[in-house]
Amino acid sequence: MHPAFSIIIFTTLSGLGYGLAAVLGLGLLDPAALATKLAHVLALLLVASGLLSSTLHLGNKQRAWRALSQWRSSWLSREGVMAIVAFVPLAWSAWLAVVESRYSPLPGLIGTALCLVTVYCTAMIYASLKAVQAWHTRLTPLCYLLFAGAGGFTLASFFAFAAQDRTVIIPLLAIFFILAAWSAKSRWRARMQAMVPLSTPESATGLGHIGRVRLLERPHVTENYLTHEMGFRIARKHAEKLWRLAVLAGGIVPAILLALLVLAGASGTFAALVAVVAVLFHYAGMFIERWLFFAEARHAVMNYYGG
Amino acid sequence: MTSLPSLPTPKKLGLVIDLDVCVGCHACVVNCKEWNTGGYGSALSDQDPYGADVSGAWLNRVHTFEVVPDGGEVVGEAGEARIVHFPKSCLHCEDAPCVTVCPTGASYKRAEDGIVLVDEEKCIGCGLCAWSCPYGAREMDLAAGVMKKCTLCIDRIYNETFEEADRQPACVRTCPANARHFGDLADPHSAVSIMVAERGGMDLMPEQGTRPVNKYLPPRKRKPLADSAQSLPSAENTDEAKGFFAWLDGMLDRI
Repeated sequence: MHPAFSIIIFTTLSGLGYGLAAVLGLGLLDPAALATKLAHVLALLLVASGLLSSTLHLGNKQRAWRALSQWRSSWLSREGVMAIVAFVPLAWSAWLAVVESRYSPLPGLIGTALCLVTVYCTAMIYASLKAVQAWHTRLTPLCYLLFAGAGGFTLASFFAFAAQDRTVIIPLLAIFFILAAWSAKSRWRARMQAMVPLSTPESATGLGHIGRVRLLERPHVTENYLTHEMGFRIARKHAEKLWRLAVLAGGIVPAILLALLVLAGASGTFAALVAVVAVLFHYAGMFIERWLFFAEARHAVMNYYGG
Repeated sequence: MTSLPSLPTPKKLGLVIDLDVCVGCHACVVNCKEWNTGGYGSALSDQDPYGADVSGAWLNRVHTFEVVPDGGEVVGEAGEARIVHFPKSCLHCEDAPCVTVCPTGASYKRAEDGIVLVDEEKCIGCGLCAWSCPYGAREMDLAAGVMKKCTLCIDRIYNETFEEADRQPACVRTCPANARHFGDLADPHSAVSIMVAERGGMDLMPEQGTRPVNKYLPPRKRKPLADSAQSLPSAENTDEAKGFFAWLDGMLDRI
């Protein structure tokens, strides 16, 4: 699948934003601290910019509102609806923290739940597509949810340290989610690499009873919408390298940095700076992970295009 | 509404494509584009149409495959290898995944005849329906920003200002080899249903669970070339010569 820049930005930024918002909804951060107020604003900004960037690839952006109508059948529609519904408790919680310097569990916990539901809907857009076998697994929403938690707690660690909070629980949860997310993702990738293709050129043409089927000529000589959108291919050696980079940047580095901070009992400005580095590494890793999520997935239509 | 019709549609209009007959001339591809660029919905645009990197939206395409049986090698050299031309357009699936993924309600399957259509006034061009289709039946029109697909020439088949013979999809009407047939596959007595029953019409990628309406007729079993070669009369054999030629044959043998 073609890794469209707008979709990668959308899924990573909104995943990070919903993760942070979900953590804020738990009330683990001091609502009176300036850093927590900024965290609320940043979470809303991340979610909003992610959602806006998701409309960039639309052919007719002016009709995007119509995407809210088909929540009965479409995960994409459900995601849009849930994103808007989730905004209500998130904005309420942000108002309470920023203006009134207090935390309320009612909007907080509802917000956390709706954040998770929204991320689940995003993941199900991909997981529901049978034509992309690598995505068509329950592990896909699991990975999206765990990565949102990992990003959320890592970013929340920064805000906790910046608020002079001597927290141990937030960075520890960040480490836990980072480890859980990458082990789920490793299983996801192992499944993709081991799977027997559901559809083959033989089943796609129905000619398997005669023999082995090979594309002789494409319908026309140049690329078309389908080969451009679905025919993206990545050299295996690069995929392997990128995967290692993603695990290193998105998992190992931030986990080690946060673990060192916990062990050193650090807090304050220095700890916050180290946590920022952890967040940046994690985001870079997520960006590569999401790029591979698209680039490595093979679409069934490529059985007709010899890819 | 992008839920599928709750009951099986009373008619299942669709195509039957005969892979034994198709010669790969692409006439159906061209006539499809020609009819549909002026018919239902926006025109089918091309990008960079006179440049080196031309591309565009087409609703019907012909692929060509080489099928090599066990032990076969390259076409024409060994074994029973053969070339199959393979026209492909929307299969108007009964469980069309492209319909249910649509977030706007633009993509729908008609309850009366099962035709899968896109309402271009509602389409936002997100492309998710094209991702959900394992057959590659949908292509985005990059100029209009809406998804295009085979309409089964809905503006021809119900058009009563046309002669009866012309009330067929453009691809079917134009096929010079008669490899494409149009009809109601829900009616077991229709010509297309009989054809499917007699020739073992098949679904493409049945494992995807889409239950396509369009059927493909497999190529007929081919007689090996070598068998045909043996039955040709040999130039050395004069046993069957009669009359003047028998006399001439005998005379020439003697001198």
